[in-house]
Amino acid sequence: MIDLSAISRVFHMGDQDVSALAGINLEIMSGEYVSIMGPSGSGKSTLLNIIGLLDRPDSGRYELDGKDVTDLSETEQARVRREKIGFVFQSFHLVPRLTAAENIELPLILEGVPPAERRSRVQKALAGFNLGDRAGHRPAELSGGQRQRVAIARATILRPTALLADEPTGNLDHRIGAEVMALLEGLHETGTTLIVVTHDRELGARARRRIAMRDGQIVADEV
Amino acid sequence: MKLHDTLSFSFKTVASYRTRSLLIVLAMALGVAAVVVLTALGEGARRYVVNQFSSIGTNLIVVLPGRAETAGGFPGAALGETPRDLTLEDARALGHLPQIRRYAPLNVGVAELAASARLREVTVMGSTADILPIRHMKLAQGSFLSRGKGTERSAQIVLGAKLAEEFFSQGNAVGQRVRLGDRRFLVSGVLEPQGESMGFNSDEIVVIPIHYAQALFNTSSLFRILLETKSRGDLASAKDAIREIMMRRHDGEEDVTVITQDAVLATFDRILRALTLGVAGIAAISLAVAGILVMNVMLVAVSQRTSEIGLLKAIGAPSVDIHHLFLAEALWLSLAGGVAGFFLGQFGSLLIRLAYPQLPAWPPIWASVGGVAVAFLTGVLASLLPAARAARLDPVQALSKK
Repeated sequence: MIDLSAISRVFHMGDQDVSALAGINLEIMSGEYVSIMGPSGSGKSTLLNIIGLLDRPDSGRYELDGKDVTDLSETEQARVRREKIGFVFQSFHLVPRLTAAENIELPLILEGVPPAERRSRVQKALAGFNLGDRAGHRPAELSGGQRQRVAIARATILRPTALLADEPTGNLDHRIGAEVMALLEGLHETGTTLIVVTHDRELGARARRRIAMRDGQIVADEV
Repeated sequence: MKLHDTLSFSFKTVASYRTRSLLIVLAMALGVAAVVVLTALGEGARRYVVNQFSSIGTNLIVVLPGRAETAGGFPGAALGETPRDLTLEDARALGHLPQIRRYAPLNVGVAELAASARLREVTVMGSTADILPIRHMKLAQGSFLSRGKGTERSAQIVLGAKLAEEFFSQGNAVGQRVRLGDRRFLVSGVLEPQGESMGFNSDEIVVIPIHYAQALFNTSSLFRILLETKSRGDLASAKDAIREIMMRRHDGEEDVTVITQDAVLATFDRILRALTLGVAGIAAISLAVAGILVMNVMLVAVSQRTSEIGLLKAIGAPSVDIHHLFLAEALWLSLAGGVAGFFLGQFGSLLIRLAYPQLPAWPPIWASVGGVAVAFLTGVLASLLPAARAARLDPVQALSKK
């Protein structure tokens, strides 16, 4: 499903070139549960951003579902992102002035789903993520776990094939973090490809396939 | 993203930043209101002047003796000649022109009016019955100078409203005998009070038949001939015909001046229109300032909401959607500002009209529509840069910003 070959990404810091990714080759099958671990600066977040089409590689080739997406236009990439990829962030990234329901509704608005259908799908998602009584609350009125549940509901409302999570439990305490991970793993069990970036060994160890990175290269890939 | 979703989403955003949005709308509204109110003032002044002119008739042609040359002065004067006088026969000849509805010869002078043991100096207009409609004067009591052959020789006098009040405070002026100069007249009517019109107070005049006036002032010539055309469209051809007739009657010399009220009016109209445009332009500057304010606020909004923009991109919003969202926000702000300013301006104009009832300060439609349109346009133009900046943001960097 995800097929990266010889992907490189170089950042220009002042007059220095920092190689965030140095010739990555990676293939991830549909329905896999992968963790990407490594110290900060190892390039794991950059890898996730490239898989999610948020960032473009400087060289290499990226095929998603058998289609070359490396050189798609910005608008086409946005469409692929909308349809196939869901992002979950460490800091949730909820829009503070919108309610939980409105945050979840955002991808549906972008996709151009008619309002009546939007409402019923948001209601279903709220119920599915146990947020039914929080629909009208703004992010500031929600607990951390509830916020991340809203974010996950938003990431999955368009039924993406891959869920990309960047330190999804980083801002949560241990117990709530475990709940969120259970939720993500539940989604994986229904067939969604799950890729989790973390520097937490315990968290990374839960994945069936564990990738370790260092200095922009994959140093271990265990199944 | 669908258009109505873009509009409603950005409307909610604008509404959620209440203070910020209200301030912008206020700035816009004041700019639009300034355009509307100032043009209302200018237009009011223009209409005031036009009304003043209309009170003496816009289809009016005035013939006066002598040729006014703008270059070289009056040629007759240089040669020691006096121009030929205008006579009653001239007036009659002009009055028969097909374009002319009515005409009135006019002599003006000053004489002493005496009645009921009072005496004062008054302005005397000698004319015929038609001077009443030509000068748009109205009678309050009695009848005006009578028309028809011979009747112009009966010693009638019509008093201005103020004179009638001064001499006959009981309101019984009609039918009284008065003395003007060394002749006795019978008061046939009293004019309605009209106040001042173009610096000429018709409340303090008396009107007598032209023959009496000529006798009183010991002259056989006329001061003016007033002619009213059948329509405004006849003015130009009537003017030419008048010149031609006068040349024929005056041995081939063009020694009269023909003035149309229309030409003077048109000049004033042009000047005051230019003035209105000028103040509208000055007011429009405040709209430009409001536009810059919109740009500033939108730029702040883009940097405040950087991570939100990053998020929208991450969940699949293409740049063009982000662009539209920010444009739509500016659109709402300037639309609200424009509409609020429109009503504020109408209200301001109403206040002016209430404060100065004689000034018809109605804002012209072009200014109201133009003010709102310019507000709209500046708002949208000012948001082009911020919207483009938002759309260009790199999603990874935008997301990492707090």
